[in-house]
Order: sequence, then C-alpha cells, then structure tokens
Amino acid sequence: MTTPATAPPPAIELIGIDKSFGPVHANADVNLKVERGVIHGIVGENGAGKSTLMSILYGFYEADAGEIRVNGKPVRIRSSREAIDCGIGMVHQHFMLVQPLSVLENVMLGAEGGPLLAKGAAAIRKRLAELGAEYGLEVDPDAIVGELSVGLQQRVEILKALVRGAEILVLDEPTAVLTPAEADQLFEMLKVLKGQNKTILFITHKLREIMSLTDRVSVMRRGEMVATFETAQTSPPELADAMVGRKVILKIDKGPAHPGKIALEARNLVVTDDRGVTRVHDVSFVLREGEILGVAGVAGNGQSELLEALAGIRPPASGEILVHGRPLRPAEHDPHAVRSLGIGHVPEDRQRVGLIMSFEACESAMLGFHDQPAFGRGILFDRRAIVADAARIMEAFDVRPRAPLLRTANFSGGNQQKIVLAREIDHDPRIMLVGQPTRGVDIGAIEFIHKRIVAERDAGKAVLLVSVELDEIFALSDRIIVLCGGRVTGERAPEETNPQDLGLLMAGVNERAA
Amino acid sequence: MSAPLRPLPAWADVALIPLINVAAAFFISGLVVLAIGENPLEAVRLLLVGALGDLEGIGFTLYYATSFIFTGLAVAICFHAGLFNIGVEGQAYVAGLGAALAALYLGFLPGYSLAIVAILAGALFGAAFAAIPGYLQAKRDAHIVITTIMFNYVASALMGYLLVDVLRVPGQMNAETVGFSKYAIVPQFHVLLKPLGIVWPDTPFNLSFLLALACAFGCWLLIWRTRLGYAIRAVGANPTAAIYGGISPARVTIVTTLISGALAGGMAANVILGEEHRLILEYTAGFGFVGIAVALMGRAHPVGIVLAAILFGILYQGGAELAFDKPKISRDMIVVIQGLVVLFAGALEHVFRRPVAALLARRTAQPPI
Repeated sequence: MTTPATAPPPAIELIGIDKSFGPVHANADVNLKVERGVIHGIVGENGAGKSTLMSILYGFYEADAGEIRVNGKPVRIRSSREAIDCGIGMVHQHFMLVQPLSVLENVMLGAEGGPLLAKGAAAIRKRLAELGAEYGLEVDPDAIVGELSVGLQQRVEILKALVRGAEILVLDEPTAVLTPAEADQLFEMLKVLKGQNKTILFITHKLREIMSLTDRVSVMRRGEMVATFETAQTSPPELADAMVGRKVILKIDKGPAHPGKIALEARNLVVTDDRGVTRVHDVSFVLREGEILGVAGVAGNGQSELLEALAGIRPPASGEILVHGRPLRPAEHDPHAVRSLGIGHVPEDRQRVGLIMSFEACESAMLGFHDQPAFGRGILFDRRAIVADAARIMEAFDVRPRAPLLRTANFSGGNQQKIVLAREIDHDPRIMLVGQPTRGVDIGAIEFIHKRIVAERDAGKAVLLVSVELDEIFALSDRIIVLCGGRVTGERAPEETNPQDLGLLMAGVNERAA
Repeated sequence: MSAPLRPLPAWADVALIPLINVAAAFFISGLVVLAIGENPLEAVRLLLVGALGDLEGIGFTLYYATSFIFTGLAVAICFHAGLFNIGVEGQAYVAGLGAALAALYLGFLPGYSLAIVAILAGALFGAAFAAIPGYLQAKRDAHIVITTIMFNYVASALMGYLLVDVLRVPGQMNAETVGFSKYAIVPQFHVLLKPLGIVWPDTPFNLSFLLALACAFGCWLLIWRTRLGYAIRAVGANPTAAIYGGISPARVTIVTTLISGALAGGMAANVILGEEHRLILEYTAGFGFVGIAVALMGRAHPVGIVLAAILFGILYQGGAELAFDKPKISRDMIVVIQGLVVLFAGALEHVFRRPVAALLARRTAQPPI
C-alpha cells in the first residue's frame, strides 16, 4: 500500500522495530502506521510485545533496530522527555501520580518552570481551565489526587499529557481499573479528543473495547505485528483468531449445574486490610457442592480480602466461616489448616502469591503440600518423587515446556497459572477458591483453564470464582454475587442478567432493590 | 514486559562472576601495592608461597579457613531466609564462652566426651545469643541488621566484663581463663598424625576442619533437600507466597537464626578448643565479619563458601607472611583486599553481571521459552 504524495504523513510510523531482551525476541521487525486524528487500537495477548513496543515509543527502552517517524520526520526517542518533546503523551496502566499532592501539583510535576512555583502554577492553572473548556475535561485543580475516583485520576493523567502539548496519546490498558460506566466516560472523552485532531493509540486485550471505540486495529502476536484491520470491516472472532493464530472458541460448553449440600458459608464476614481499613463489610453467602459461584466487581472492592479470609491468610475481624456446616475455630484461620480441610486456593496473583518465581517448577508445584509424605518421609525430601510428581501434573495440565527443573519464572503466564491450577486440583479439594484464573493468560490457555474449572464443578466440587472479567463471570458462573465497596450489592442468575445490570451493581446501584 | 535481567547460565553464575569479582578486587589491590612502592607481582608470589608453599603454611591456611567456613555458613543460611545476620562475630564470641564454661566446669565427664559436650555448648550459646535478634525480628519487627550490629557490642561488653572481672585467673594480667584439660580440646592434626608415622609441622590445624566440612554438607542437605530448607528458601524468596503455602515466616526466622548462631559457634571449636585451649579476649578477631564476605563470594552455596573460605585462609596466612617480608605492606593490606571483595562480590555485584549477561546472550542466541 502506498500513500498518495498529497496525503499528510502519518502521525506515527514505526519501521522495522526490533528489540530483544537476551534470548527473548520481544519485538520482531514491527511496522505500524498510525494516521493523524484516528483512534488506533493495538490488541494482543499478554506477552505479545504491546507494552514493549509502547515503551520503545515512549523512550523507556531503545530499539535494537528500526526507525520511528513522527509526522514523517525520523526521530530518536531515548527518554520520556524526548517523547514529550515529540508530542507523545502516555497514560500508564498504573497511574504515575503522587497521591497526597493536588491535581495542579501533579500536572506541574516536571514542568515547574523554575525554582519558584508561583509563576508556573498560575500558568498551568490557566492551561487546565482552557483544556477543561475545550475538551470537557473538568477537574478541580486543588483537589487532592488520592481523594479522587479512579476515573478522575485517569483524567488527570490525560490532562498531564495534554498540558505538555501531546498530540499523540498512548493509553496502555486504560480500562483495567475502571467500572463499566467510567470506561464509557473515558471512551466519550477519547472521541472528543479525536474530534480535535488528536491521535490516540489504544492498547488493550479486550476485543469489546476495540470494536466499540477504534477506527483501525493492529494485532500483535509473539512480538510481531501480524495484521491491521479497519475496525468496521472486522469482527471479534477474526481478531481473536489473529491474536492466537488459530480458531478459538470463546464460549465454553457447560451443562446445567446440580447444586448439592452447602459446602462453604460466610456469615456476616468483616475483613480489614493491613492498615486496619475495613474492606469487606458484613458479607454473607452460601456456596454449594457442584456449583460455581461467581464474585464480580471492579478490582479493589474487597474481593481480594474476602478471598484471603476464606483461604485463611487473613483472619476475619468478625463473622463466621463455615466449612461443611462447621464454623472455623480461630486457630483454623490459617492457610495450612484451611488446606487440610480440603479447600484449594488459586490465588489472584500467581507471581506474588501462588508460586515462587526463583524456585524450580517442581518445587513451586508442591507449595502448600510440601509436608505431605508423598514428597519424602522423615526430614529429607525424596527428590525423585518430587520431580516425578511435577512431571505427572504438568503432563495432565499440558504445561509447556514439560520441564520440572526449569525455574518457575521462565514459564509463560498461562503455563504458570496451569501449574498453580494443577497443584490445587491434583490434591482433590472439595472446595476450590479461584481468583482471577485467567488474568494475563493467553486465549489458548484461558479455554483450557475454563474447561478444567467447569470439570471440577461437574465432579461435585464447590467453586468460588472471583474475577474482574465480566466475560469470565458470565462464561463460568451458575450464580453471581456482586461486590462493591466491600458489600454484596446483589445476587443474580447469569441467565436473567446482562453486563449493564451487573455494571450497575458493580457501581453500587441495585435497580431491582430500589 | 518488565525490564529484564535474564538469569545467567548456572556455570557463569556460580563460577565466572565470583571469579571476575575477585580478579577485580585483586587488580585494585595491586594498584594499592603499586602506589606504596612495591611490586604487586612480587607481593602475590610472596603471599602464595607463604600460604601454600609448605605444609606449615597450608596448615595455617586451613586453620583460618575452618573458622571462615563456620562464619560463612552462618551468614549464608540467613541469606537463604532473606535475613542479613551481621552478628556472627558476637555469636561466635559468646559461643566461646559456652565452650569454655563446659570445658572448665564439666570436667567430670568421661574422656573426650568433654570435648564433644564443649563443642555442643559453644553451638548452644551461639544459637541462644542469635535467637534474641531472631525473635525480635520475627515477633517485634525489629530489623535484624540493626539488632545484630548492636548485639555485637553487647557480646563484646559482656565478654570483656566476664573475662576481666569473673573468669580471669587471680593474679594474672591477661584477660583469659585458665587452660583447659587435655580432654576438653579438639586434637590438632600434627598430634593425630604422629602415631601414624606422618610428620606434619606444628600448626593449629585441627579436627574442626572436618567438622566444618561436615557442616557445609549438612547445610547443603538442609537447604536443598529438607522441608525446613524449603520453608527457609520460600520465606527468603517470597514471604507472601510462603504464608500462602502455610509456612510461618516468624517460625522460620527464629529457627534460621538459631541454626546460624549454632554454626557461628563452630568457630569456638576451631579456635578456643582447637588452638587456644582457653578463652581469650576478642578471640574472634573480626572473623565473623569476614564470614559476610565469604558468604557473598560463595554465593551462599556451601561449596562456594568452602572455596571462598580457603581463599580467605590463603589471604590471611599469606598476608601475614607478606607483612613479615615486606614491612611496607602491613597486614591491613588484607583488610583492604577483603573490603574490595565485599565491595565487588556484594555491593557492586551487578556491575559485571550486566555486561557478562549481554556478552553471553549475544553468543548463545537461543529461542525464548
């Protein structure tokens, strides 16, 4: 494809970008053209090289080879400052904001305009007012950032980029932390910016967002840019195929549940976090054998603390947990005790909690069960048994590569998750607590993991599924409860609800109750 | 994708990097020697001949190395639990008290069982003294680096008081106890080998060396082949995951410091029971601190620690000979080299790691896993 000579040059052009980290080829000969004034999406599985590419564009890394052109001019971007000078602004997935400072102070950071603040502050205050009027991005400049909602904090990030004169905005997984309503607001905001001839590069792994927002979409797979589509002329299945490189089934076949006896029950559970802030307020629910109870909610609304309390990691401040009808004693609020009661736990964060990255896979594959006689009687381990056991479960769960002696960190996210799942399922728990089972997992592995979770349910296990992915909640759950601000805002059967309804519950609005 | 520092191949990690670090330390030491007007190559020759040139030199070298193995292991076991025990010096010192008290007051024990009990008493005292900072870390969150540093002073003051005011032989000027009975000592090799017709020069090299090697093997077994070692490494690598796995970091912290203190106590067997045969003031002479350098250089692996301990044994013995032959080079030169090793093997470890990793990555282009 050639661009006519009269057309304006693309806002960004990446030519042959190549980047390796040791033997890992993160970006291989990546070419990308982003026209001015469009919203251009980049999708790909985790580890496909999206973030690396954006880091190169923003000067965090320098490419080993290749050229970056901004508005047709070749540039060299070696630091974020140089990126800003080129008119590129970045909104990071994890906000780069100083929580105790005001909006104004945050926006000023790095652009104070001299040793004394007064003059710079006045200028920026004026600029913020202008931008607010121009794009509808109003935010109180004197508000403390830490007290703003997540959506407003993201707005501050965008303002920061605009104040610095960004013509090209890069947003990295911007909706991961937002409620559906906040995400909609963000999309409106981006459309306004697009109307003002700003160029937006939108990175995500959610196909729904690509379809509803972007004009054009590029797909990355294993470090390569494999395809670019006009969004209007493509479809989610086509994009999913391009991301994975083969046909995938997004829906899983799942028969009706046959709930049995109550396996796990929470009564008026209250859980506080490390700082003493109450994160779970008076939560009660029952979980039956042979069903999957989905716990939906925006990240950070008490799910993590609830899961930790149930798993014995964080003793509840008050309330009761009943396992097969018997309340846990205080001494049983302990991971070891809970595990011996036949409760398996797939933690939300496998890298920080579920596995030990520096350990060999076979050692990670026995975490929590290392006291069992199968791994050696007496003081000494039976190394051969440990390796053989790991090899067996890696075979059963298709962990690749099947290398029990390889360090855990060297497996991909999906395969790490399979190790955790394999370990927990293999010890045949009667109750499974599953947190974010497919976060950062590639689509191929998602399918596998979902099937295994449903298989556990069909085997009569009670499964509690905590997930921030609504698609996942809908695909797996037999019943759904929604948490907002640590409270249960509603319970639904998946067939009688929809994402909008759940989205309202996640924002704390229960229409049916009202 | 996070900023990656790809792990090096195992051989480079355990052999190449320490070697480069030591070489760098020696190179800069050489510059120091040059600066004071001596020939560095000549100095190296004298040092090596002094340490390894004859059986006497080797005997002294291995005697020093024995202490370093004990103190190095003591530091290393704590490394595996994510703890930095800087108090090995004090723990070894107090262990000397345990060994001496047993040797002096349990004389009713039959034959050489007295020596064995004295060794165990040393380990026990070392462990008990380490347990206090361990407990404070585990239960009160008092950082073990701070507490162990302070406990070194506690040990020094306590032992000074006991040796000067309580245990000193009346009428003696030296702050030391009376000599032990012949059953309360760890035999030296030259004594043991004589009946076998093997002549070994009179050196302090004693049976504790074998005990140290056994402890090194025991540590390897403990760390990589036992449940306790698994728990120790889990807590060291990722306390959150350890808790998830049902491991109590507090318990592991206390147990690890106990083991560490006991290992530090091994130095009492070597020096107090193996050579001095009485408790003397400041007998540890900084060897506990050298243990930090040994553990860093040995990458907290028992095999590495034995090798690093022998290297430091060579430095100590050879350095003494060098200082004797070249008055311009004082024994402090060894402290300089030691400091440089700590600097390169500890603080500046990544300085060479990155370029080596880059070099190796370029040469071994393997597909990503």
